Amino acid sequence: MEPMSAHAATHHAPPQGFIRKYVFSVDHKIIGIQYTTLSLVAAFIGMALSWAMRIHLGWPDAHIPLLSMFSPNGAPGGLMTPEYYLSLMTMHGTIMAFFVLTAAPMAGFGNFMLPIQVGAADMAFPRLNMASFWVTFVGFVLACATFFIPDGPPLSGWTAYAPLSAVGTVAGPGQGWGQNFWGLSIAVFCVASLLGALNFIVTTLDLRTKGMTLSRLPLSTWAWFINAWVSLLAFAVLLPTCLLLVLDRLGGTSFFIPAGLVINDQLQPHSGGSPLLFQHLFWFFGHPEVYIIILPAFGIVSHILPTFIRKPLVGGWKAITYAMIAVGTLSFVVWGHHMFVSGMSPFMAMVFSVPTLFITIPSVIAVLIWTFSLYRANMRFDTPMLFSLGFISLFISGGIGGFFLAQPSTDSYLHATSFVVGHFHFTMGLSAIFAAFAGFYYWFPKMWGRMMNETLGKVHFWLSFVLVYCVFMTMHLTGFAGAVRRYSAFVDDFMVPLIPTQRFISVAALLLGAAQFIFLFNAIWSRFQGPKAPDNPWGATTLEWDTTSPPPFDNFGGRQITVYHGPMEYDGEASVMQTSPEVSVAGT
Amino acid sequence: MAGKIFALIVVLITLTTAYCVMAHVWWMPVDISVHGPKIDHQIEETVLVAGLLFIAGQLVLAAFAFLYGGVGGRPKQIPGGAKPLIIFAFLLVGTEILALSFIGSKAWGAVYFEAPDPASMRVDIQAGQFAFYFRFPGPDGKFGSIHPDLINEGNQNYFGLDPDHDPDAKDDIVTAELAIPVNKPILLMLHSKDVGHSFYVRELRVQQDFVPGLNIPIHFTATQTGRFEIVCTQLCGLGHYNMKAYLSVLSQGDFDDWLKKQAAAQ
Repeated sequence: MEPMSAHAATHHAPPQGFIRKYVFSVDHKIIGIQYTTLSLVAAFIGMALSWAMRIHLGWPDAHIPLLSMFSPNGAPGGLMTPEYYLSLMTMHGTIMAFFVLTAAPMAGFGNFMLPIQVGAADMAFPRLNMASFWVTFVGFVLACATFFIPDGPPLSGWTAYAPLSAVGTVAGPGQGWGQNFWGLSIAVFCVASLLGALNFIVTTLDLRTKGMTLSRLPLSTWAWFINAWVSLLAFAVLLPTCLLLVLDRLGGTSFFIPAGLVINDQLQPHSGGSPLLFQHLFWFFGHPEVYIIILPAFGIVSHILPTFIRKPLVGGWKAITYAMIAVGTLSFVVWGHHMFVSGMSPFMAMVFSVPTLFITIPSVIAVLIWTFSLYRANMRFDTPMLFSLGFISLFISGGIGGFFLAQPSTDSYLHATSFVVGHFHFTMGLSAIFAAFAGFYYWFPKMWGRMMNETLGKVHFWLSFVLVYCVFMTMHLTGFAGAVRRYSAFVDDFMVPLIPTQRFISVAALLLGAAQFIFLFNAIWSRFQGPKAPDNPWGATTLEWDTTSPPPFDNFGGRQITVYHGPMEYDGEASVMQTSPEVSVAGT
Repeated sequence: MAGKIFALIVVLITLTTAYCVMAHVWWMPVDISVHGPKIDHQIEETVLVAGLLFIAGQLVLAAFAFLYGGVGGRPKQIPGGAKPLIIFAFLLVGTEILALSFIGSKAWGAVYFEAPDPASMRVDIQAGQFAFYFRFPGPDGKFGSIHPDLINEGNQNYFGLDPDHDPDAKDDIVTAELAIPVNKPILLMLHSKDVGHSFYVRELRVQQDFVPGLNIPIHFTATQTGRFEIVCTQLCGLGHYNMKAYLSVLSQGDFDDWLKKQAAAQ
């Protein structure tokens, strides 16, 4: 398939005026920065919520003065109520999973970089792209608004299991308008993700410049492209699920509520629905979702590594790309492993267990490719490289926990313990965040035209890497003792002896959060005061490094781009730009 | 230098984690069920298999970061390229997965695929925000029907029984604690009256959700007497953390006495 001319497809005049330039912009670079900024704001909100939770878990009697100002009902006198704890937990999960982990690595970096990496002037549908961001923004505002409505944010977790999430205020606090806002917020987020996914797919297929064959696509673009397909199928299921949930709450339907429920001594006026249906629909989205979060991380790390090891990844573009396609495909047939103890047929547990274990194989292949690509490399340990190495280590650790949770027999003991919390924070949480940090440090010079401070970047890495292990590996270990998750206080006989360990986790989590302010300071300070970035500070080869920092409005200043090589043309100090007609040094 | 520091940290983390797991610094409590040793065995097998992969993966990563930082000269690829890695992944991980699946399916099957002993003692559990209630059928061996419209915490009709019109319900014994005889097969029937809950007894190696609208059976045999905690592990609302009950495993004689006392208190 011959790609059409990028310029013909996306021509639009440079915007005039502040509003069209920076607010309602159709420029993919501005939209990428908007997404990245929204994710950063969301990440710090999500982190503040986890701070409050960790303080409460370590010291249940602690008064947090700021919290009482924020929510006089949720934390009277600064003392957190059990329901407010669950609300903070729900919003931590919601904000982090959707507005940080789904948004930043895909919509943030992807929007900015994908059109440049394929040699296009913009996304295929710039107005749709603008709509994606602003619809996401509305979703984010709806989510944050739950903190300010009278009955507070929902408390049924980011998974919003029915019927707790579906029956309304009769089930206790946190089930009023907060839960409606939650359902609408996520539904709106789904719409934005679907629009974004369409744009990513069409741009990758149709706007590649001359010579940019699929085999020459940078691996980050491959990951965003594969991920767009996974997003398209997964969010298309979550959207109706959220709407059905809201209908159960507001429209008197009973999709997820069975007959004969008695809540607070009141017989509920519902019949015929199935709570397990909600779980199936949610996890049919939910498991691909964790790969929607991690696949861009695969791509970013695979894109960054060759620059800093000064050679192609072992197996070239094919091995890692096929592994990503396999992971994306298998992600749709494993969702039932979230439901081993749900009352689903135990035969189905076996059926879901096998593909869950088999998805390990492409994941192991990816890990082996990254790790063995380091063999006899000429590694440079700039901050993006350190975060990439950290990603590999965290992903190995997270993947290992998967062996325990993929088997129904072992999961039946560890399900709903802190082992699970540690596991998903390693895999989809911190692995993705580390890859996003790698991407941030790597692309910052391109996005803002200035260099970040290396020393601060390294301090940020070392603190984060050690503290992440202190927090989440410890959670794995206490999981073996059966420490139950989603408890706002530890009153069980067997949980009380674990309180000192909980305090250790809390202290490490607070320090981990504090370390992120080094990053924030570095980013803001460097944005205005950092040394001016050259066009290609890392000696990389892909198209985004073949233009100015930051790139001009049409990305290449009117230059016609022709691509001659794959993206990993490195051989030690020697490297060849994708656009250079010179002889290949790495044979890609 | 950074590569060497990274390697050192990774090695320290790996060894500390391996020590904590192998020394059982935090570990499962004593097992008190007939099926439990199969699950424990499966967890130990997985610790071995996954633990070796964890140690190997982290140590190789550390070694490469240690060795290949900023070396001059031309970098080289690993001999044979990606093919050996892919074959290794399929063969080694594939074999491990198959082994775990086969052994694991036996452990799972022992819990879920075997029919309960016909002589099992049947107990109903009802979960509700934020308490468990247990029901024994009484001398007639039959449970009375549940009428959701009659459920009322205020007059302590937790199960919605109608003893005036339903003879089966007359002798049902409702308790707030679960007592069972040791070494006797037990068939628990789980149902929820409001939202999702879960039944988790670490020592029994049993965790099972309550799903509103469904009756879910689980069966087990306890092998040791003692008092153990039953906790809720499915998010059910503000009192979730405090939703608990006790399981008392008693000798047959003690159990009979206990049940008599409970019947008298109805």
